[in-house]
Amino acid sequence: MSEGGAAVVTSGLTKTFGHQTAVDDLALEVPTGSVYGFLGPNGSGKTTTIRMLLGLVHPTAGHVRLLDEPMPAHANRVLPRVGALVEGPAFHLHLNGRDNLRRLDAADATAEARTSSARIGAALERVGLTAAARKRVKNYSLGMKQRLGIAAALLQPHDLLVLDEPTNGLDPQGTREVRHLVAGLAHDGTTVLVSSHLLAEVEQMCSHVGVMSRGRLVAQDSLAGLRRAHGVRVRVTTPDLAQATDALTVLGLDEVASSAGEGASGQVTAALGDHAVEAVVPALVSAGVRVLGFSADSASLEERFVELTGEGFDVR
Amino acid sequence: MSVEARPVRPFAFWRLVGSEISLMLSRRRNQLGLVILAAVPVVMAVAIKTSGDTGLMVSVANGTVLPMLALMMESAFFLPLAMSLLAGDAIAGEAHGGTLRYLLVTPVGRARLLAVKFAGLLVGAFFGTFLIAVVGLVAGVMVFGSGASMTLSGTAITFTESLGRLALMALFLALMMTAVGTMGLFLSTLVDQPLAVTVGCMVVVILSWLTEATSQLAWLQPYLLTHWFLQFADVLRDPPLWSRAVKGLGVAAAWMAVTGAAAWARFTSKDIGS
Repeated sequence: MSEGGAAVVTSGLTKTFGHQTAVDDLALEVPTGSVYGFLGPNGSGKTTTIRMLLGLVHPTAGHVRLLDEPMPAHANRVLPRVGALVEGPAFHLHLNGRDNLRRLDAADATAEARTSSARIGAALERVGLTAAARKRVKNYSLGMKQRLGIAAALLQPHDLLVLDEPTNGLDPQGTREVRHLVAGLAHDGTTVLVSSHLLAEVEQMCSHVGVMSRGRLVAQDSLAGLRRAHGVRVRVTTPDLAQATDALTVLGLDEVASSAGEGASGQVTAALGDHAVEAVVPALVSAGVRVLGFSADSASLEERFVELTGEGFDVR
Repeated sequence: MSVEARPVRPFAFWRLVGSEISLMLSRRRNQLGLVILAAVPVVMAVAIKTSGDTGLMVSVANGTVLPMLALMMESAFFLPLAMSLLAGDAIAGEAHGGTLRYLLVTPVGRARLLAVKFAGLLVGAFFGTFLIAVVGLVAGVMVFGSGASMTLSGTAITFTESLGRLALMALFLALMMTAVGTMGLFLSTLVDQPLAVTVGCMVVVILSWLTEATSQLAWLQPYLLTHWFLQFADVLRDPPLWSRAVKGLGVAAAWMAVTGAAAWARFTSKDIGS
């Protein structure tokens, strides 16, 4: 069906609320079989995008294809193959965990009533909630609700799982269990789209990453590709800041920046780009720059993330 | 891996209707509401019996009159209030609790969910109305016996015949209450606050009663649901006069069609942001 292709494709996907553009011209592509980390600060448009993918919110413009079918036109055909956790778990608080799952199973027109109890039991087992299944959800911790939400997404086998901040509210142990769960599902061939504002989490479980910032997709690649693309920055320690800056610029390096340090010497940094790292120091020396230190490092993914999304705390 | 497309199961709609009804019955508030609805005819029976002022009852000497009086009393306020509460829970309540988005991504289908919610309100209306009729009947027969009854026209009818009239009256009011519920269902698709739906629905009912009491607005009265709640009395005559009851049902059907269509138009196009 969608073998080899993409499980999720959007083109020009846009959503405006009044004057505010929540999602702007999004071209998402989640390869089949990948674990796709949908990364971005809070308020960057991740949840609105997920709501559009699932047909809860109508796009202002653009198209969505899930598992090779147009959404929301074919929602009734596609969504039975998709499991979802959207913006935190939500249940009838006065019912117990098992009855809540029974309610959701009854809502699925493709679910067989005969196998309902067995499937519910298996899903509860898988998220470790069997012992608490008869407790009212009112008395669940946030972590337990989160597990129950994941259990609901596991009631049926799915080709695609959309998990919006699945580890929110979980303790470290629970977070690790979710990671294992996602890894296991991916191993079975389920494509997983998992949103998060935590880079470390995405780094640990994803094969692909899309980065959202202010409603736009600012990067999308495999994890390895994103690391590579960032490239190497050279760092020169020298008292001759101006000459060093000129020399690196003449050499053709981009993003040259200098900063005065303590005492007489400061630092000049630049993006190496396609240039040979061994050519840099001779060029500096021949320009008369006194090189006290030199290094070439690839920045961490975290720096890359901050660079892409901006550091500010302001949420629009 | 590709999951095989699962076929839609037969009776899936009815399975969800069943789930809806058990959800309504599981709410403590709704259980209490049923107790209150059922308590009214019992309290009336006890009050009439203990006060010894059995005027009307003695003259008719039949237990079916008590549930009829109880239905007339409760249709003014209690039954519409019960429908307003159920309608508030229907869509707005699910939206408020966040469960609506999970139903929709299951996927349940928006039109199908609306149909299930309507079915739930229909069952609720019948359950509430017939509960009053049955409890009232039991209390009435225990206190006033099961003799022949007198119609509003002054002629006597048998107990069996008066049972039939009671059943028709409950049926008539249940359909009227379904119309109130459908109007509430529309309000329920507009907001995410169940309480707002309940209040809005009751405002419509109370305004309708005020219009009923204002002779200058007589032209408006035939279009309002409440105007027809008590028109069933004609059917208690001998022979029964059907015309006004039928007209009332027509008005209820029009309310259901208009508000039901509005609910559908709104709900199937709405962004679910809750």
